[in-house]
Amino acid sequence: MEALIANITELLAENTIFNAQTLGYYGEGLVTTVQLVFLSLIIGLVLAIPLAIGRGSKRKWIKMPIFFYTYVFRGTPLLVQLYLIYYGVVFVEGIQDTWLWLILERPFYPALIAFTLNTAAYTTEIFHGAIKATSRGEIEAARAYGMSYSLMMRRIILPSAFRRALPAYGNEVIFMLHASAIASVVTIMDLTGAARFVYARFYAPFEAFLFVAAIYLCLTFAILYLFRYLEKRMLAHLKPASQ
Amino acid sequence: MAATPIPLEVRNIKKRFGNTEVLKGLSLQAHKGDVITLIGASGSGKSTFLRCMNLLEQPNEGDLIVHGEEIRFKETRHGREPADWKQVVRMRAKLSMVFQSFNLWSHMTLLENVIEAPVHVLGKPKKEAVEQAHALLERVGLSERADYYPAQMSGGQQQRGAIARALAMDPEVMLFDEPTSALDPELVGDVLKVMRDLADEGRTMIVVTHEMSFARDVSTQVIYLHQGLVEEAGPPAEVLGNPKSERLKQFLAPKH
Repeated sequence: MEALIANITELLAENTIFNAQTLGYYGEGLVTTVQLVFLSLIIGLVLAIPLAIGRGSKRKWIKMPIFFYTYVFRGTPLLVQLYLIYYGVVFVEGIQDTWLWLILERPFYPALIAFTLNTAAYTTEIFHGAIKATSRGEIEAARAYGMSYSLMMRRIILPSAFRRALPAYGNEVIFMLHASAIASVVTIMDLTGAARFVYARFYAPFEAFLFVAAIYLCLTFAILYLFRYLEKRMLAHLKPASQ
Repeated sequence: MAATPIPLEVRNIKKRFGNTEVLKGLSLQAHKGDVITLIGASGSGKSTFLRCMNLLEQPNEGDLIVHGEEIRFKETRHGREPADWKQVVRMRAKLSMVFQSFNLWSHMTLLENVIEAPVHVLGKPKKEAVEQAHALLERVGLSERADYYPAQMSGGQQQRGAIARALAMDPEVMLFDEPTSALDPELVGDVLKVMRDLADEGRTMIVVTHEMSFARDVSTQVIYLHQGLVEEAGPPAEVLGNPKSERLKQFLAPKH
């Protein structure tokens, strides 16, 4: 342990890589990564709720398109989806003359779209499973007490499904954080993008990528902690009384 | 003076599951203050009959009149369905049900369970509902448990909580679907005591049960079902004290 600390101190003393400029890149990368992940998760979540309800519909014409969507987006690599959206959209006839192009020409928005569609697909399936697992008896009680379908969805099914979905959704959030690293391949200067830049500049792979790995680890811990807190609060009803 | 409408009347209910006819034409009238117990072997259709009364099961034939209001049905591709679901919702709010497996909403505390339907279905002000809920929980002996989640309570406590939830709707008729069958023997007594108190204060109740002592002591009418038909019906002293059919005699014979 002491030897390790000594080593690190020595490294830091000789350090020429982590100066104000490169740390600035990492800082900006951190902001970009957090923005990208946070926005795609929020939008994905908002999309996933109605999709998950529709996914469990009895009507084929509602259920099937949603199943097809989640199947495609979960069945193909995120990187391929990103390439298709980033490189593919350019070739759509006339798109460069529309306002859409203002959004799509920069890499941030295609990446945001790809991530959002991807996480929405996974989240839809997570919620769909949680909704399906709602106790039949509790649904029956809701019906027997005069609840309409929408009231039952709002008051009984969704609140209990969200709680059940929480652990799995926490994993999805962490997965999205890590998957966001591929944004760097379409020239976005996210955390990994910053690390690639520093690596290329100093030809110092260990320093560049270990540093960024540490930042991802810290973010992951923050997410884990957040979800542990949420689970403790929202899953209280599953624990036996501590008397 | 116009007569007050009968709380619940069902006429000639028939129900098929696939090709099996489980209810072959059952009728019943619950007047105010009646405690009707439905008894019968498993498979006799007593629970299905009860579930048809608040349309948790859709009867294939028959009429349902709740507090003088007849439920309208229509024929669809999927069979017979209520014509107006709003009417069903309104009618269900007048009949509250107590289930065999309690079916309290697991993500809500007991108090939240009790105020949920009054606030969100009946539109009662929350403050009023909470006051009422505390009074009801006190009544079923659970005032200490208001902030507990269902999983933190024993079966007997959950069932008494479920009865409080049913009472909070101030129902015309209470439907009990084998309320003590899922309970440990030592917990049955508490639940039955609460039900006896309800009968004593003149609640209209329809109870599917295997508790013969409850049927004998509390009910005003006992209906013995066999294979989807009424085999015997009448006051408990008659039906249970002096059964006529061989089947009911056997059903009532002490089992060892």
